[in-house]
Amino acid sequence: MSTVRDLVATRRDNAVMDAGAVRAIRRAILTAIAVPGYQVPFGSREMPVARGWGSGGLQVTMALVGSADVVKVIDQGDDEGVNAVNLRRLILRASGATETDDVSESTIVQTRHRIPEAGMVDGQILVLQVPEPEPLRGVERDTRELERMHAEADYAKMWVSLYEDRVRNGMITRTTGYPCVVAGRYVISTTPIPRWDVPALHRAPYLALFGAGRAKRIYAIPPDTTVEPMTFEDVPFEVEFTPGARCRHCGSDDSYLVSTPREEGGETWACSDTSWCRARRHQRGAQ
Amino acid sequence: MTNITPVAPTLAVVGLGHAYGGIDDTTIAETGPAAGTSKHARTGTVVAAWDVSFDVAGGEALGVIGESGSGKSTVMKSIAGDIMPTTGRVTLQRGDGTTAVITEMSPAEIRALRVNDLSIVHQNPADGLDLRITAGGNIADRLTAAGWRNFAAIRERAAELLTRTEVPLDRMDDPVGSFSGGMRQRVQLAKALANTPSVVLLDEPTTGLDASIAAGVLDLIRGLLDEFGLAAVVVSHDFSVIEMLTQRCVVMQHGRVVEHGLTDQLLEDPAHPYSQRLVGAARA
Ligand SMILES: Nc1ncnc2c1ncn2[C@@H]1O[C@H](COP(=O)(O)OP(=O)(O)O)[C@@H](O)[C@H]1O
Ligand SMILES: [Mg+2]
Repeated sequence: MSTVRDLVATRRDNAVMDAGAVRAIRRAILTAIAVPGYQVPFGSREMPVARGWGSGGLQVTMALVGSADVVKVIDQGDDEGVNAVNLRRLILRASGATETDDVSESTIVQTRHRIPEAGMVDGQILVLQVPEPEPLRGVERDTRELERMHAEADYAKMWVSLYEDRVRNGMITRTTGYPCVVAGRYVISTTPIPRWDVPALHRAPYLALFGAGRAKRIYAIPPDTTVEPMTFEDVPFEVEFTPGARCRHCGSDDSYLVSTPREEGGETWACSDTSWCRARRHQRGAQ
Repeated sequence: MTNITPVAPTLAVVGLGHAYGGIDDTTIAETGPAAGTSKHARTGTVVAAWDVSFDVAGGEALGVIGESGSGKSTVMKSIAGDIMPTTGRVTLQRGDGTTAVITEMSPAEIRALRVNDLSIVHQNPADGLDLRITAGGNIADRLTAAGWRNFAAIRERAAELLTRTEVPLDRMDDPVGSFSGGMRQRVQLAKALANTPSVVLLDEPTTGLDASIAAGVLDLIRGLLDEFGLAAVVVSHDFSVIEMLTQRCVVMQHGRVVEHGLTDQLLEDPAHPYSQRLVGAARA
């Protein structure tokens, strides 16, 4: 599943979605690819998971996946997270696809919160589960005004909020969902990934699809598309970094680390991408 | 022989008319000062403004006076592009020498015009400012809309404008909602001037302020109009405001212009009975 031809090919229904639903979502995906960053409305179906628990991402995956696919599902970077396990089980059972935790083996990676540290390549598809697709939600409530702002690429209010953030806090405080301009046109929310993962989206060789079940929106970053974080010319975009922090398992200081408080005080750090961390340890061990 | 090239006025309003409701052959004839109302008795149509024409040159301010309901806001909204008038034409000369025909522009074009070429200072600061964001942020709104993307340059420009409108710079990073009424009006002026528009519309800019505060804001506006060479239209029910800010003015009654002249002369020696009544009441 990697070409437009695949997307327009006939599909049987699967145990989770009927053929009509598959077609409708594929149509939305094709539109999303044709207009990078534009939020395409789609008729979100009832899924065997609650909306807001990956139902958007799941629908995107279910519209793509077939028995020949190899699927990796992560939650907070972890293949063994409860959500990841449940979603993966559902996908495999309904489609006959096989599972993996190895990015390089996968054809589809469905994720919440992270982009795998190990780079993906042309032909693979990254599916992101999006809780809130509207990047301008924090600066504008009115739906028609939001539509107008996107239609006219009028993002002044977002710039003002970035200005205010800097004036009041002296730095970028937004952690996840950093607003980015896709292909020089539409601003998207990169929910729910941290700033750390944002640079990976820029001119990525793979297709990234964002599915929001509750808001019934799909948007896409086609391969080799520019993704620029909104930032003032003289204020460099910075990713999360804690000086001195290293993964307690693999010793990494160049991956996205999450902290846990230590009983005796202070905190310890570990890679949020668990399969990547494991692979590193094996590599080290082999040396 | 000298050859005088006529210079197009910065703002030109020609035959402007706007009716709320349908109009036919009789609607116009049966409304206005002679009829004693702008509301058409038979159809209920309100001829809010009709046959309004005037020019404003750069560096000039024109006053619009008249009682409540006489059509002042309708004229202002038509110039601002907030309403599409029933008839007439409004043109604006942009700073770059191009002409904008406001009455033929799309909503998106109007918005761009309002960012770059035409500003409005509202009576109520909340209509022109976001009170939750800082004074600098309100100005940044205009600048970023015009394409400014350099944080330091935006800060510098905002500081320059706030200095000019006499807002203490140590308040620049405070939310405008924490400001006094007079200070909010000064921030509104700074925002209005951010992208050096060629036209500014001032709608009762000092109404609602204490007299002593209003006097200071009026002084400031007067200085800004002179300095920036703007074409300004000032709506006020207050003759002292019109007298202080404008060189010419029009008097509106029941949707029509009943008198048009130099402000000094008009206030000294009003010709139309309605103007005489207004001036008389103001002088009393
Ligand atoms: N949206 C509207 N619908 C119907 N009538 C209106 C509307 N807006 C204004 N009018 C009427 O148009 C006339 C002129 O109003 P306006 O331009 O607001 O006058 P002013 O600003 O001088 O008080 C009034 O009779 C007013 O009631
Ligand atoms: Mg009015």
